[in-house]
Amino acid sequence: MKKLRGLLGSCAMLLSAVAGAQVQDMPGGPRVNQLNLTEGVTQIARDVVWLHWMMLIICLVIFVGVFGVMFYSIWAHRKSRGAKPATFHESVGVEIAWTVIPFLIVIAMALPATRTVVAMKDTSSADMTVKAVGYQWKWGYEYVDGPAAGVKFLSNLSTPRAQIENKEPKGQFYLMEVDNPLVVPVGKKIRVVTTANDVIHSWMVPDLGVKQDAIPGFLRNTWFRAEKVGEYRGQCAELCGKDHAFMPIVVKVVSEEDWAKWTAEQQKKLAALADDPNKQWTKEELIARGQNVYAAQCAACHQANGKGVAPAFPPLDGSKIVMGPQAEQIAILLKGKEGTAMQSYKQLSDVELAAVATYTRNAWGNGGKGQDPVVMPASFKAAR
Amino acid sequence: MSSVTVDHVPGKAHDHSHDHGHAMPHGWRRWLFATNHKDIGTMYLIFSLTMLFEGGALALLLRTELFEPGLQFFQPELFNQFTTMHGLIMVFGAVMPAFVGFANWMIPLQIGASDMAFARMNNFSFWLLPVAAILLTASFFVPGGATAAGWTLYAPLTMQMGPGMDLAIFAIHIMGASSIMGAINIVVTILNMRAPGMTLMKMPMFCWTWLITAYLLIAVMPVLAAAITMVLTDRHFGTGFFNAAAGGDPVLYQHIFWFFGHPEVYIMILPAFGIVSAIVPAFARKQLFGYASMVYATASIAILSFIVWAHHMFTTGMPVTGQLYFMYATMLISIPTGVKVFNWVATMWRGSMTFETPMLFSVGFIFVFTIGGFTGLILSMAPIDIQVHDTYYVVAHFHYVLVAGSLFALFAGAYYWMPKWTGRMYDERLGKWHFWMSMISFNVTFFPMHFLGLAGMPRRYADYAAQFTDFHAIATVGAFWFGLSQLIFVWVIIKSYSGKGEPAPAKPWEAAEGLEWTVPSPAPFHTFETPPVVK
Repeated sequence: MKKLRGLLGSCAMLLSAVAGAQVQDMPGGPRVNQLNLTEGVTQIARDVVWLHWMMLIICLVIFVGVFGVMFYSIWAHRKSRGAKPATFHESVGVEIAWTVIPFLIVIAMALPATRTVVAMKDTSSADMTVKAVGYQWKWGYEYVDGPAAGVKFLSNLSTPRAQIENKEPKGQFYLMEVDNPLVVPVGKKIRVVTTANDVIHSWMVPDLGVKQDAIPGFLRNTWFRAEKVGEYRGQCAELCGKDHAFMPIVVKVVSEEDWAKWTAEQQKKLAALADDPNKQWTKEELIARGQNVYAAQCAACHQANGKGVAPAFPPLDGSKIVMGPQAEQIAILLKGKEGTAMQSYKQLSDVELAAVATYTRNAWGNGGKGQDPVVMPASFKAAR
Repeated sequence: MSSVTVDHVPGKAHDHSHDHGHAMPHGWRRWLFATNHKDIGTMYLIFSLTMLFEGGALALLLRTELFEPGLQFFQPELFNQFTTMHGLIMVFGAVMPAFVGFANWMIPLQIGASDMAFARMNNFSFWLLPVAAILLTASFFVPGGATAAGWTLYAPLTMQMGPGMDLAIFAIHIMGASSIMGAINIVVTILNMRAPGMTLMKMPMFCWTWLITAYLLIAVMPVLAAAITMVLTDRHFGTGFFNAAAGGDPVLYQHIFWFFGHPEVYIMILPAFGIVSAIVPAFARKQLFGYASMVYATASIAILSFIVWAHHMFTTGMPVTGQLYFMYATMLISIPTGVKVFNWVATMWRGSMTFETPMLFSVGFIFVFTIGGFTGLILSMAPIDIQVHDTYYVVAHFHYVLVAGSLFALFAGAYYWMPKWTGRMYDERLGKWHFWMSMISFNVTFFPMHFLGLAGMPRRYADYAAQFTDFHAIATVGAFWFGLSQLIFVWVIIKSYSGKGEPAPAKPWEAAEGLEWTVPSPAPFHTFETPPVVK
């Protein structure tokens, strides 16, 4: 008896240890084994949940009705129970009834849905507009108006590569965390204008009830008014190539005070950034800065070791362009290379571009042995 | 359908064949130069079964990667190739050719025709398919691998693909040409070669559904061809149909694609309706309820299918009026579809039912397909669709209508007509195992995907947040179970074709109706050389 109890006890301990190591719900993201739509923090998200319940209930009632009849028939009208087949094979009345009644049900379903569609499409009189640009494979945000006007940044996946490659345990926010979240004030109607740089992406945040494709060359818009402070998470919802699963969206909804604080900070940073190109940077400063830029912007294709992935993504280690005169590399970074996945990076600042160019000229086997081992921000400024 | 009586002596046709010098050819010539609808039908069915296993193997590879979060087996580039090719192969290689195979075998037998109208074109339309299949499969081995743009091949992602994309475009062109030829053949056969007395409104439902499907094919396959040709010229000849910088529009591609894509959905399900409409009355020993309304419902579904395409595009951002129109039109489709389900249930009502494998698969079809129909109705609501678009909810929905719908109906039809094809009864015990294994494992695989989608798990992801792990793990286990269960089906076919099992009588099913049961089993090489008279 004692032995048994001991065994049970150790089993229970083992179980709780396993449960402890298990994943937890992700605030602003999916719950563990979540069964239904998220309640969300906007009126639209709640309307969608309501509509879904309405549809689910109507469908279930019809389902039970129709299949109740069918399974009763399967049970009662089988040959092995001695059932004799009837001979009826049509009935105008019944057939009209089961055409007209569903039609009426469909109309009843459409009415509340119409109201929500109209509400979703109404992007007028927004308090603030943000532009979301899809890139392979990250999001870029730009505040078009309001106190943060002019602020723009890129938002990259911040989950370490080691977690994806199973070399480290996965965190609670695995694949749904970014370095720079989109920050917006609570209770304000935010209009999101989407577009894309390369292929179609889709900006989705379930808690906000928003999903809008970002289409290269076109602007589309949607809106949300978050009612609660918090971080809300989503992911790209339109197949956009190799790292489609690795470009999440995080929207940080903050209180009025925090919003004022954040915008002031951003404006200060913006002012500081504006002075940068004239500063004379040392080679070491550029390489250090460039390594970060490279990891965020370039490593997805050209790889951290600079070897690329044949044939789509060429190596930079030993590349003629990287080792040659700076002008060609500057041109490619600013304009991209037509017909390949290499896009223009002109949205980066001159300092960032100079840093990453300098980094590639000094990293790996390149080791600063080529021409122009240091590229100055001024060169990019001149080339723009 | 009013009951069909026939003035025809079974077996007579067989003796007849020798007089014409139309003796059965032997060896490889019989198959390469085949003009006989039964041989071509058999080749179509074997081809589609092969492709079902190729597409299935790809599905299992991607389910393997999705068993747990993190990248374990395949890099995302390869994973995307798997999802894309799984879709293309299943749609164009497995489901569509399988239905054409059924049409080839059964339509001449059901309308009392001696063969298909254009026997040589029939040969050509089949032999195009292996060429296309080889092109598609070979694309895995070219630099950059197969296309990874999703089976919908959305521009401008297709611009970034390697030569595998061009191979896929050629393959789809070839399969499209094959489908159009098959469809023309079916239309002409049905309209011109019916036996005397076989009026349109006496035709079996399978012929009706195929007639309507064939018109859909002729209408939309050229649209797909146009879309992918534009992709090809955008890729290589500097046009800019889908490139905003050149005055084009990526969304235009989606409009063209889904103008094909939505009727395509019905191309893959209407013949399935026809098969089920033949089987349910046979095993309920009672005439099909509401034959005329079945025909009208099929035609309404076909017509509506042309005017609802943009419900696949609610998140592209269309004007509010556009969204409302496509929502309303889509919801309307549930009405004729509902009529069909009601008719099948009414056919069973007060029948005298037995549950051999064809009936099991048909009842399974009605039950599970209807779940897919309901999720379709839920998806038709634009606000809900926007929340779950491009998530696993959609994956669950279309696998409920395509696997539990089209595929289960194909299985039902295969068991129903296998005695006619092989002359042997299939192994009933194995058939029942096949059904129950497929039915249970299908639901284990795809039901949890509803939950994943509602929780916001996007589709076509090689890796996912750890909160989704359990349902993905269950789906992977179910997928392997489902895949392995299909080996039972192969075993049943091999047994039946190799002459094991009871010899089948001309009409193995007590209450089956139609001319196909008036010829001996296996159906002789030539049938109905003198047309039967249908009274």
